[in-house]
Amino acid sequence: MHISANIMVWFGAFLTLSILSFLYKDNVFYKFAEHLFVGVSAAYWMVIGIWGTLFPNLIAKIYPGGVRFVLPSLADRPPEYYYIIPAILGILLLMRLSRKLGWISRWPLAFIVGTTAGFNLVRYLRSDFIGQVRNTLIPLIVIKDGSFNFIGSFSNTVIIVGVLCGLIYFFFSKEHKGAFGVASRIGIWILMITFGAGFGYTVMARISLLVGRMQFLMGDWLGIINR
Amino acid sequence: MSFFDAIKNIDRRIIFLFIALSVIIPLLARIEFTERAGPIVKNIFDKVESLPAGSRVLLSLDYGPSTVPEIQPMVNALVRHCNEKQLKIYFMCLWATGQNLTTITIDSVQAKEFPEKVYGVDYVNLGYKAGNEGLINVIITDMKKMYTTDVHGTDINKLEIMKPVRNLTSFDLIVGLGGGTPGIKEWILFAGDPGGIPVAGGCTAVQAPLLYPYWPNQLLGLMGGIKGAAEYESELIKHYPKYKSQSHPGINMMGPQAIAHIVIMVFIIIGNITFFIERSREKKGKLG
Repeated sequence: MHISANIMVWFGAFLTLSILSFLYKDNVFYKFAEHLFVGVSAAYWMVIGIWGTLFPNLIAKIYPGGVRFVLPSLADRPPEYYYIIPAILGILLLMRLSRKLGWISRWPLAFIVGTTAGFNLVRYLRSDFIGQVRNTLIPLIVIKDGSFNFIGSFSNTVIIVGVLCGLIYFFFSKEHKGAFGVASRIGIWILMITFGAGFGYTVMARISLLVGRMQFLMGDWLGIINR
Repeated sequence: MSFFDAIKNIDRRIIFLFIALSVIIPLLARIEFTERAGPIVKNIFDKVESLPAGSRVLLSLDYGPSTVPEIQPMVNALVRHCNEKQLKIYFMCLWATGQNLTTITIDSVQAKEFPEKVYGVDYVNLGYKAGNEGLINVIITDMKKMYTTDVHGTDINKLEIMKPVRNLTSFDLIVGLGGGTPGIKEWILFAGDPGGIPVAGGCTAVQAPLLYPYWPNQLLGLMGGIKGAAEYESELIKHYPKYKSQSHPGINMMGPQAIAHIVIMVFIIIGNITFFIERSREKKGKLG
């Protein structure tokens, strides 16, 4: 056993235990850790935004001389004045803070919505629609190295049957009776198995986080285990 | 109170205690299982293994501290593998929280284990830029439009490693290591598919079922959760046995993971048995 002498590790352990204490019941330590997290996150995003984006990607473009003391390597670049347009749109977005001028923020917001929708429409249509349809157009009988491949054929059959039956389940213009009803019921089973797999993966994710915290507490903090 | 009533009304804190013990005891007992890479993970390993020395690999660390236990083992294993293969590594992130984690990765793995590698020649940290998928949309045509400096404020044009890079098509492989949105899906939609660039991924287990449909045509391979990380580590140890003696957190975490899953399954089974017994009692009660 080798307990850490690092004060930051102790503080991390205190915050971890404070958050975990919520499992017993709500308490002041949990609330403290929660509020600290919210405050630190907000400040972190702001600092990263200013130094990672605002200075190098906006101020350094419009007025390179202005960043001489913080980003000297960009100070001698020629200015790119067309960056004034996004700067104005950014300022207009901040008008939301004013009750009287709040309506102006809708213009840059409309620009963001419009461009995002435009970009996403094309990309999603290509990758999530056409791409996924193409991924389903696979042979039912797989021949590998000149001979029949059972595993490959079975996998492809499961994919095709699963997709078709899943789609049939969501087809409500025809009553789910007869062969159509059977396919629909298979579709429900496929969906349930999918949800089950999703739940299983979620459990794995949550346990991983718990293991990670326990490794921190028992390894980095208390030194009971080696990491 | 009967046994079944006690089970039915069990305090959830007792379940929490069991889960905690199912994680703590295997950690203390160092329970480990043998891992073997499946085809989805092996594809990524084989791709990295097949790249000639000097090839450019973009690692996008799109996650935060909350998913470090799942994603960091993948990142560490990939960084080690890329260095073993003498590949050029470009670190970037679509998440602001990824920037600090990239710095930690560079300090604890890249610079510590591979001190002979030179910053700006063999690897570079491009840091975080805002814009999510919009950022990918720009850098697929012009990388230097968004990345004017590296994370330290050095002019991008003065870095040796950045000289041959024009846009995302300059990379031989993109690996998105992420815990949500933007992440691997955005890399597929905005870089892999339109640019024809090989995209591989490592994600949290929660995300994995949503990304498997992209494999193998749109996604080269996927490390799903800690299991994916453990599989990649096992493949790395198989090819580079010197890593057997080093820390492999992915494999280490699979022991407690498996025991905790068994405990959860036992609780699910007990819950279902009590449910059916209760229902049968209710039916009998109605008939009586």
